[in-house]
Amino acid sequence: PADTFHNLQELRHSASLATKVFIQRDYSDSTICKFQTKFPAELDSRIERSLFEETVKTLNCYYGEAEKIGGQSYLEGCLACATAYIIFLCMETRYEKILKKISMYIQEQNEKIYAPRGLLLTDPIERGMRVVSFANTWEVFFFFKNVS
Amino acid sequence: MSAVMITRKVTRKWEKLPGKNTFCCDGRVMMGRQKGVFYLTLFLIVGTCSLFFAFECPYLAVHLSPAIPVFAVLLFVFVMAMLLRTSFSDPGVLPRALPEEANFIEMEIEAANGNVMAGQRPPPRIKNVQINNQIVKLKYCYTCKIFRPPRASHCSICDNCVDRFDHHCPWVGNCVGKRNYRYFYLFTLSLSLLTIYIFAFNIVHVVLRSVDSGFVNTIKETPGTVLEVLVCFFTLWSVVGLTGFHTYLISLNQTTNEDIKGSWSGKNRVQNPYSHKNIIKNCCEVLCGPTYPSVLDRRGVMLEDLSSPTPSDASAASTHKSSNPVSQTTKSSAPLIPNEHTPDEAKPGIGAGTQKSTSSPKEEKPPSPTSPNAVAPAVIKESSH
Repeated sequence: PADTFHNLQELRHSASLATKVFIQRDYSDSTICKFQTKFPAELDSRIERSLFEETVKTLNCYYGEAEKIGGQSYLEGCLACATAYIIFLCMETRYEKILKKISMYIQEQNEKIYAPRGLLLTDPIERGMRVVSFANTWEVFFFFKNVS
Repeated sequence: MSAVMITRKVTRKWEKLPGKNTFCCDGRVMMGRQKGVFYLTLFLIVGTCSLFFAFECPYLAVHLSPAIPVFAVLLFVFVMAMLLRTSFSDPGVLPRALPEEANFIEMEIEAANGNVMAGQRPPPRIKNVQINNQIVKLKYCYTCKIFRPPRASHCSICDNCVDRFDHHCPWVGNCVGKRNYRYFYLFTLSLSLLTIYIFAFNIVHVVLRSVDSGFVNTIKETPGTVLEVLVCFFTLWSVVGLTGFHTYLISLNQTTNEDIKGSWSGKNRVQNPYSHKNIIKNCCEVLCGPTYPSVLDRRGVMLEDLSSPTPSDASAASTHKSSNPVSQTTKSSAPLIPNEHTPDEAKPGIGAGTQKSTSSPKEEKPPSPTSPNAVAPAVIKESSH
């Protein structure tokens, strides 16, 4: 038991560095929230490029919509200002509504596409909107099998 | 074999946040470290307005118009709302990189820099990105272990990287950044108006009353006037000046930080890549842009209590197993031990995403009554399958 334990720990440790792949922000369009669609080499054998690109592009669309400065954001801003922003204590902002949609989209993508391939996509809001990360879950399932 | 020991502890994420912020109301309120000047600001505003309502308003309401005190009240409420919003909200703090992300970035840097000979200084950690056909250098923050996004800066007083960092304002006791800049600007603007309003009506009041009773008697009847005029006079110059300065910055879409450093001063043909080159557009972006959410999730619960979870906790618990593998190595018989040394790792995005996005302005029902701060004990689940 102690030996197998040690080996499993090593496996975990060596795999932990390669467990997460981070997709960084794309700042070419100024400071709006956008992620790079460049396909990382580490995911080459795990997922099709087109699926990956579609996920990131859809996320970028959602964020673009949330941060769009147009009629609706002016209306929301002016209305809120007129009430000294007290209305934000009761009302959900447009950005928050879209964040909810994003988390549901990520959940759906994980269920349909990424979990079957042993990957886990995390919501960028957990990393301060800096990165989208893909975590490798296969080693974990494998680990569970060995233990029980 | 079914002895179950459950120790419940609700720790909210704000309690474990690095940085030197002060939190109140169980994480709903977030301020900087030094609050003394903020209390002074509050005292000056509330004090001066109270004197105005006590001394001048009764006379003016009767002799001129009742609209005068009414408008003063509205203005006062607006000023206070803006001040409290600026002081109590998250300015746009960027969370520090978790160990995995920090390692990933370190590996990227080493790959980019190649081999550094022993004894040589490693090259500065800078990333170049192109924004609107201009090269912008992103600096690496050694404290937060991230490459700072464009326009972000590290505040030494709060010890945080803040997005679109403007400056740290001691008068409001907080940093001014992306999330609270418009409230700060509206605060200075409305305070200028309030100061001018009180100053003007003080003069009007003294003049009107002196016509009736003489100047000396007027001062004797309303001694508060002298104090108000003094405070308003000195406040006027500073606050009106500050409002003017920030109006100028907004029209150019610059931050105070960039202005002080001379980032876009025009040297070496460097221009502001964020400006829309149109004053109206710049103002609209800063003042009427979207309200960015806080990415800190201060009121998120850190440890999961598996015996009586909230609905999102229950769904997170199953995915927690798969995304937090490090904790599994330590106990082979208890499958779920919360990971104490990476406190932010506890929740994956899936179930908890919806919970996070509504945590800042809304009421969040804690799963159990909050207990005082203590070292988190382990939650042990029975392991008979």
